[in-house]
Amino acid sequence: MRGLPAWLATTLVLLLTLGTLAAVALRAEVGHGLSAGDWAAIRFTLGQAAVSALVSVALAVPVARALARRRFRGRGVLVMLLGAPFILPVIVAVLGLLAVFGRGGLLNAGLEAAGLAPVSIYGAGGVVLAHVFFNLPLAVRLILQGWVQIPAERFQLAAQLNASVWRLLEAPMLARALPGATLVIFLICLTSFAVALTLGGGPRATTVELAIWQAVRFDFDLGRAALLSCIQFALCATAAAVAWRVTPVDGFGGGLDRVVARWDQSLWDWLWLAAVTVFLALPLAMVIWRGVPGLGDLGPGIWAAAGRSVAVAAGSTALSLLLGLALALRGGFVTSIVGVLPLAASALVMGTGLFLLLFPFANPATLALPVTLCVNAVMALPFVLRVLAPAVKDIRANYGRLAETLGLRSVDLLRIVIMPRLRRPLGFAAGLTAALSIGDLGVIALFATDAQETLPLAMYRLMGAYRMDAAAGAALLLLALALGAFWVCDRGGRMHVDA
Amino acid sequence: MLTLDGVTLAQGDFRLTADLRIPPGLTAVIGPSGGGKSTLLAAVAGFLTPRAGRIRWDGDDITVRQPGDRPVTMLFQDNNLFPHLTIAQNVGLALAPRLRLTVAQQEQVAVALAAVGLEGMGDRKPRALSGGQQGRAALARALLADRPVVLLDEAFAALGPSLRHEMLTLVRDRLVGQGRTVIVVTHDPQDARDFADQVVLVADGVAHPPRDTAVIFEDPPQALRDYLGG
Repeated sequence: MRGLPAWLATTLVLLLTLGTLAAVALRAEVGHGLSAGDWAAIRFTLGQAAVSALVSVALAVPVARALARRRFRGRGVLVMLLGAPFILPVIVAVLGLLAVFGRGGLLNAGLEAAGLAPVSIYGAGGVVLAHVFFNLPLAVRLILQGWVQIPAERFQLAAQLNASVWRLLEAPMLARALPGATLVIFLICLTSFAVALTLGGGPRATTVELAIWQAVRFDFDLGRAALLSCIQFALCATAAAVAWRVTPVDGFGGGLDRVVARWDQSLWDWLWLAAVTVFLALPLAMVIWRGVPGLGDLGPGIWAAAGRSVAVAAGSTALSLLLGLALALRGGFVTSIVGVLPLAASALVMGTGLFLLLFPFANPATLALPVTLCVNAVMALPFVLRVLAPAVKDIRANYGRLAETLGLRSVDLLRIVIMPRLRRPLGFAAGLTAALSIGDLGVIALFATDAQETLPLAMYRLMGAYRMDAAAGAALLLLALALGAFWVCDRGGRMHVDA
Repeated sequence: MLTLDGVTLAQGDFRLTADLRIPPGLTAVIGPSGGGKSTLLAAVAGFLTPRAGRIRWDGDDITVRQPGDRPVTMLFQDNNLFPHLTIAQNVGLALAPRLRLTVAQQEQVAVALAAVGLEGMGDRKPRALSGGQQGRAALARALLADRPVVLLDEAFAALGPSLRHEMLTLVRDRLVGQGRTVIVVTHDPQDARDFADQVVLVADGVAHPPRDTAVIFEDPPQALRDYLGG
C-alpha cells in the first residue's frame, strides 16, 4: 500500500513515454524507408540544435563572467530576467522577435533607413535566433553557477600571486561546466516544435518534430509519423543519456546573487551586460507595446481559448504535482529515472502515440484537451521532481527522526510535517508547470479543431492569417496569463510560511 | 530497567559493544567525540538495529520495534520543534499524533507548558521563542509523552552554560522526579558531575556499565582519565 501512489505515477509516466512510443513503433513502416525530406529534417534538427547550443554557450561565457565580477544596481533584476524565458510562452517570444527582427520590425526599419537590404527572420537563421533567445539566459545561469562556486579565497590567492585568473581558475571551471550546459541546450533544441512551426518550415528548415506534425495533420500518413517519432525518440534519448552523465549543474539553483571581489575587470563587461539586456528585454517590450492596442480586438473566441488554456493548465499542474509528489516521496533510483524519462520523450511523439491509441475508440478532437493536459503534466514532471525531490530529502534529514519518535506515519506524517514544509517548493513547482502548460503549443496542434483551441494555438492561427494586431493582443494576454500563473502559485507557496 | 544485553552496534567500520543495565534516574553518557555516544542513543531510540544482542525494557524485547512504538522519547541536538506548528501543537504531538486534541488534552498541554515556564506561549511559533524557550517547549513534550525512557542527545549543547544548567535542573526536577529513566549525552564532564546519578563512559568501542557519579569521578578509570586529561 505504501508504494501505491508511486507505482501508479510510474505506470502513467511509462505509459505516456514508452507506451506511446511502442504504439507508434508498431505502426512504423520501416520498409517504407526515409524519404529525402525526412533525411533533410534529421540533418536540420541536429544542425540547428548544435549551432543554437554553441552560439548560446559562446555568448553566455562573457555575460556570465561580467555578472560574476560586477556589482551594480539592477543586477538582481537582470538575473531574474534571465530566468524568465523558461516560463515565457514560445509563441509570445516569437512574436516579440518578429517585432524586432521581422519584416516590419525595428532592425529592418533601421536597415532601410540606412539604405541597406532587409534581412529575413524566416528559415534556419530565425530558428537559431529564437533558440538563442531562449537558451542564452539558461546558459548564462548554468555557467554563472560555476563561477560563483569558485571560493573567494582562490581569487584572493590568484591576485596575490599575480597569476592569471583565467588560466588558474576560470578555464578549468569552464572546461567542467561548458560540456554539460551545451548538451542540455542541444537537447532542448532537438525537441523544438513551436519555433520551427512559426519561423521555420519548408524543405530547408523543418525539424523532425515539425515533420511529425505535418505527417499527422496534413498527410494523415500515420506510418511515416510513427517512423519519424521513433527517430525523434532515439535522438532525444541518446542526447539525454549523454547529458545525464556530464551534467552536474542545474539552472534553478539559488546563490546567484553572490559577487566575489576581483582585481581583473574589463570595460567590455558593461557592453556585454547592455547587449544581453537589450536582446532579452526589447522583444518583450515590443510584445507589450504592440499588444496594448490589440487588446481591444480580442473577440469572444480568444477569451474562450484563454479560458481553456487556464483550465488545462490548472489540471496539468495538479496532475504534475501529484505525480512529482508520489515519486519524490518514494525516492530511489528507479523513480529518478522515471522522472527524467520525459526529457527524452517529445510531446509530439506522445501526442502521436495517444492519437494512434485513441483513434479507434474516439474522435481525437474531443479528447484534445484531456490529452494535452496529461502530456503537459508529464512533460513538466522532470522540473517538478527536480524542485521537490531535494526538498523532501531535506525534510527527512532534518525532521525524520523526530517524526519517527513521535510515531507520525503515512497520512499523518504527510499532513502534519511534509506538506506544510513543502509549501514553498510546491508553489514554485506549480508556478513552473502552470506557466509551461498555459504557453504550450505542442500536442494541442495535433488534435484540436476550433472548438478546442487553446490561446497559443488561437494566437498561432491569428498570425497565420496575418491578423497581427489581434495576434499582438492575444500575445500580451498570454504573456500576462503565463507570468501571472507563475506569480500566483509561487507567491501562494511563500505566503505565511514559517522558515 | 533498560537492559542492553550483549549488544553490538556497527556503522561502517565503527563498532560499539554494550552490555549494561540502566536504572531509573539521570544517567550521563560521556566520552571522547566520535566515541559512539550518539550511536548508543540511536540504538535505544530505534534508529539503528544492533548487529547482535537484545535491548529490553522491563523484560520486553524492544530490539526491533519501530521508534514510535518504543517506550522512548528523544530530544535531539536541534530541530526538536516543527517550525510551522505552534508551540501548543508541537507539545500536543506527544498526546495525539494526529493533532486532534480533546479539550482535556489541550488542558494537559497548557499545564505542561506552565511546568516548564512557558505559560501562555502556546499560540506562538517556535521562531518567536528564544533558544532556551525552544528547549523548554521540547521538554514539555517529553514531559507529556507517556514514555518512561527519555533520551537527550546533546539537546542543550547550543545553549550557554547558565541556560544549560537551567535546563538540566528542569530535567532533574520534572522528568527524573516522575521516576523516569533519563539518559543525557553531554560533552561537559561538569554537567555529569552536577546532575547525574550515574555515568556511562563510552570509549574505545565499549559502552561501560554505569557507575555512581561520585565514585567514578573520585577514582576515574584510565579511559576516563585520558578523556578528562591532566
